Amino acid sequence: MITLARTPLYDWHLAHQGKLVDFAGWSMPVQYGSIVEEHLATRSSVGLFDVSHMGRLRFLGPQAGKFLDGLLTRSALKVPANRVRYSLVTNDAGGILDDVLVYHLTDGSSREWYELVVNAGNRDKIVGWIERHGGSAPEVGFSDETLATAMIAVQGPLAIERLDSLAIFPLAVGRLKYYEAAPTLFAGQPALVSRTGYTGEDGVEVVIAAAAAMSLWEGLVQAGGRAVGLGARDTLRLEAAMPLYGHELNESLDPFTADLAFAVELTGRKFVGSSTLSDRAKVADHPRRVGLELTGKRVPREGYGIYVGDTHTGTVTSGTFSPTFQRPIAMAYVQAEHAAPGTAVWVDIRGSREAAQVVRLPFYKRNSSP
Amino acid sequence: MKKFSPETLLYSETHEWVAVEPVGGDKVATIGISAFAIEQLTDLVYMQLPAVGKHLAKGNEFGEVESVKAVSSLYSPVEGDVVAVNDDLPKNLEHLTTDPYGAGWLIRMKITREDSLAGLMDFAAYQKQCAEHG
Repeated sequence: MITLARTPLYDWHLAHQGKLVDFAGWSMPVQYGSIVEEHLATRSSVGLFDVSHMGRLRFLGPQAGKFLDGLLTRSALKVPANRVRYSLVTNDAGGILDDVLVYHLTDGSSREWYELVVNAGNRDKIVGWIERHGGSAPEVGFSDETLATAMIAVQGPLAIERLDSLAIFPLAVGRLKYYEAAPTLFAGQPALVSRTGYTGEDGVEVVIAAAAAMSLWEGLVQAGGRAVGLGARDTLRLEAAMPLYGHELNESLDPFTADLAFAVELTGRKFVGSSTLSDRAKVADHPRRVGLELTGKRVPREGYGIYVGDTHTGTVTSGTFSPTFQRPIAMAYVQAEHAAPGTAVWVDIRGSREAAQVVRLPFYKRNSSP
Repeated sequence: MKKFSPETLLYSETHEWVAVEPVGGDKVATIGISAFAIEQLTDLVYMQLPAVGKHLAKGNEFGEVESVKAVSSLYSPVEGDVVAVNDDLPKNLEHLTTDPYGAGWLIRMKITREDSLAGLMDFAAYQKQCAEHG
């Protein structure tokens, strides 16, 4: 039997009816009660997410930026100080190994470093990839900080207000712009706050020392934050049309097919996969990632076929019953000629034809951005 | 609405409950989903049930219940013919949560093979299964 890894908040989840499941080798709460209630709490107030299972990789050496620049589809060297960028790690064939956040950080003195947040299920693979490409060199200064730290996402329209009224950090998080980050302190230990998230709401993600996680989490719960499990994290990100590795993304898909061209910078750069991607960038005839909406109640699940007439045009990659819109929604790949919003298709839901329509992504967009 | 007491029911491994009652010379089974299984599903959105008259062998799929998270098939715990269907239930899925052994019943079947009742668990055995395997 494989022992599952536990986050520093494991005991809290257990004591608060968290339904724990194996997620990428971690024992994680999929929900505490109702997924719908956790979802709606995040859309209307503040949701708290233990995302400590995500991999946190640190690069302290003088060559860190140059090293990462050779592995990421977006230039690490051009990320301004204390900014975060969504990027991809691709293989030689241009296939997506992972989607990541890269942080370029400085503490105001001359100290400068990088952090990479990778998917839990890809952490071993990416660590191996880094080592295989020379990441063990002392001038890169690579270390895997996942187990020494915890990561908490605070998401929702009231998230920033609550955090600043609690004055948890010696900085006003409301002053951070979207995808801006700041090294700070929590409980006397180094911490990192960024205005990022995976829900479609405003909010932050916080990296803190593992031993300090419980006191931060409990403080946020006392301030009215609602614990949200991976179930609602999935419905929230799906409404916001954010891809999830293993569903919308995998090693046989390239960034253009995945509609992530914005995360690929080819001009004047060389990185693993860049020469293949330069050729792929010119190909227009590839499947497209689209949104689907259905009128009934039956949910198109991952793997279900999509048809136009008798033609099989694609496959569902993620589907749910949207708690916000109260109807089934899905993301899918379909052939380019069927990808225009408004296209009528049908989904084979366990043998019955259910009408669906291609719609523009995202399904959900919050009213104002920071 | 008739309410059954969970301690008196039989259970399948796939979490359907069965209440067997004599009606005329026949045995009629009322079938539902256990409170334990409903609590595991949470956030129900959709349910499909069969038509009256359908013949089901033991283990045949007779419908499905869909939640935000996943879809689950319903399996016939006995062999027989469907003689009644709770048509109100798909429109009132909350009955599955609030009254799983009463208003939350799914179908009634006239049992055509009495030996199909063999292998169903009593309440104690079912509770043990839930505790051990979920």
